[in-house]
Amino acid sequence: MHSVSIRSLDLHFGAVKVLQNLDLDIFDGEFLVLLGSSGCGKSTLLNCIAGLLDVTDGQIFIKDKNVTWLEPNERGIGMVFQSYALYPQMTVEGNLSFGLRNARMPKAEIAKRVARAAEILQIEPLLKRKPAALSGGQRQRVAIGRALVRDVDVFLFDEPLSNLDAKLRADLRVEIKRLHQNLENTMIYVTHDQVEAMTLADRIAIMKGGQIMQLASPAEIYNRPGNKYVADFIGSPSMNFLEGMLDSGRFTTSGETLDTTAYPFSGSTAHGPATMGVRPEHVATGHEMQSLPIQADVSVELVEPMGSDTLVWTQFAGQTFRFRMDGQAEVAPGDTIRIGIDPAKASFFDQKTELRL
Amino acid sequence: MADVTASTNGNGIPATGLVEGPRGAKPKRTFSRGNIFLYGTLIVVAVYYALPLWVMVVTSLKGMPEIRMGNIFAPPVEITFQPWVKAWAEACTGINCDGLSRGFWNSVRILVPSVVLSIAVASVNGYALSNWKFKGSEVFFTILMLGAFIPYQVMIYPIVILLREMGLYGTLWGLVLVHTIFGMPILTLLFRNYFTSIPMDLFKAARVDGAGFWGIYFRVMVPMALPIFVVAMILQVTGIWNDFLFGVIYTKPEIYPMTVQLNNIVNSVQGVKEYNVNMAATLLTGLVPLTIYFVSGKLFVRGIAAGAVKG
Repeated sequence: MHSVSIRSLDLHFGAVKVLQNLDLDIFDGEFLVLLGSSGCGKSTLLNCIAGLLDVTDGQIFIKDKNVTWLEPNERGIGMVFQSYALYPQMTVEGNLSFGLRNARMPKAEIAKRVARAAEILQIEPLLKRKPAALSGGQRQRVAIGRALVRDVDVFLFDEPLSNLDAKLRADLRVEIKRLHQNLENTMIYVTHDQVEAMTLADRIAIMKGGQIMQLASPAEIYNRPGNKYVADFIGSPSMNFLEGMLDSGRFTTSGETLDTTAYPFSGSTAHGPATMGVRPEHVATGHEMQSLPIQADVSVELVEPMGSDTLVWTQFAGQTFRFRMDGQAEVAPGDTIRIGIDPAKASFFDQKTELRL
Repeated sequence: MADVTASTNGNGIPATGLVEGPRGAKPKRTFSRGNIFLYGTLIVVAVYYALPLWVMVVTSLKGMPEIRMGNIFAPPVEITFQPWVKAWAEACTGINCDGLSRGFWNSVRILVPSVVLSIAVASVNGYALSNWKFKGSEVFFTILMLGAFIPYQVMIYPIVILLREMGLYGTLWGLVLVHTIFGMPILTLLFRNYFTSIPMDLFKAARVDGAGFWGIYFRVMVPMALPIFVVAMILQVTGIWNDFLFGVIYTKPEIYPMTVQLNNIVNSVQGVKEYNVNMAATLLTGLVPLTIYFVSGKLFVRGIAAGAVKG
């Protein structure tokens, strides 16, 4: 069963087409992350689902009901904003109950729901405080609580962790995941942080220019990116790209000829100009590389030690190439290292269409 | 605090601790040339502006014989509050001899509804223009702003005709309407800018929480906008209280505001020109804005700065 369905959605701001003919189905209880760089339309899409923006064309369904013309509060959604958006003059309790009071719910029921939300989010001691007296993490919890009390079908998160510091972000990320496991609500989560996307999502929709580039599970998106944009966007440090020619199981790039017979090509037409993508963490060194079909000696240009691992910059087939080594490895600029690449873990893209081959 | 030690390692930098020489914050001299120049200028300017006020206050406390001696800067030899009493309750304009008190209460009766009405309308305007943008709202706002740049004098006669047609000419409510309309551009700008500075997310959150146009206005926006309400109030109270032009044109003598009546008292010559009564009357009229200046302090500066957008 679908919780949220979007059909042929268009949104234009004057001449600017922010969303174009967008279709999306979100399953009941699914955690869907909309991921993309700024300006890709992900927040706009979320605002359309929330009913905060009037769509130009298309339809939105929530729980099999056409909500395209409904007000935000009639759609069965709760929303959490990046800037928390707590009402500063109300106490935490007032913030939590504002929506319920607007719906003219009986006082006893309001008290019950506020108490339940406060218990789930562990903010009971804060109920009488004003938002100004809360820390960033506590504020965001109250903001989540405000969606929680309304007992909604769908939770919408608009970059909820972007204003928090790195440690708190990691903590709250886990809490949101736990909350989703306990509540089993549908959650749609907008972020530009790929770590949040990878860790939280059941499925990720990667957006660019108002369109969904790929909609798949995090593992699928990481291992089998559908196009060059997704391949480049996901992964840190990002993927190495080698330009060259594919011809009957061989990939030729700047004089190097690489054996690609182990790669699972989707179509039969694996010929012509192509781009080979190799993740820095999929480049092997030491004894691991000895069994791999592609091997080469490279000279180290720059070393970035990061503690847990070390990023090495080098040149391969005349193009800049990065690979990741163990954090304990001792490398210095000028060293020569033998690396190995497993074509089965690599990705090939058509140079013209940029689609996965 | 670390002690000064003598042990240096040859290049003047101590191995540990401190050596003699500059340490901590650099000391500031009280009587530097810059300070003398700065405070000197400030004092001269302050005296320049305060002197007329001094003359007014001392003159209003002198009797006429003392004023005739001509020492306008000298403090009164014999303090008398008679001029103040006369200005408030006995000075004559035409056939009425009940002083400024009548004008004071007229001004209050004009001021209160004008301030309340103009701020109420302008705040809703500003809220709607910043949060509920509709087709043509920017054009509407631009037209409203143009109003701020048109000289009042151009509109005097058309408004006379409009008020006459509405049957409001010469009435108190006619003047209230004029003040409300003329306050609209600047007040709307003030409120619009303030509401625009409130994060949009807050407005969105309130909509998700099911609050409507008025619900968001009264329960979310107004409680957050109290500072700007105070600024708008200061701006309107001083502006409307000091108004002379509209008061003299759109009202009748029975409901002349205080400023108009002050002018009539000062300008009506019956034998002697009573400078002390005139000074006292002027000070009395200026008392309301003056009180506002002193009480509101910092907020007033913000009001002035906001008003400065007017150009």
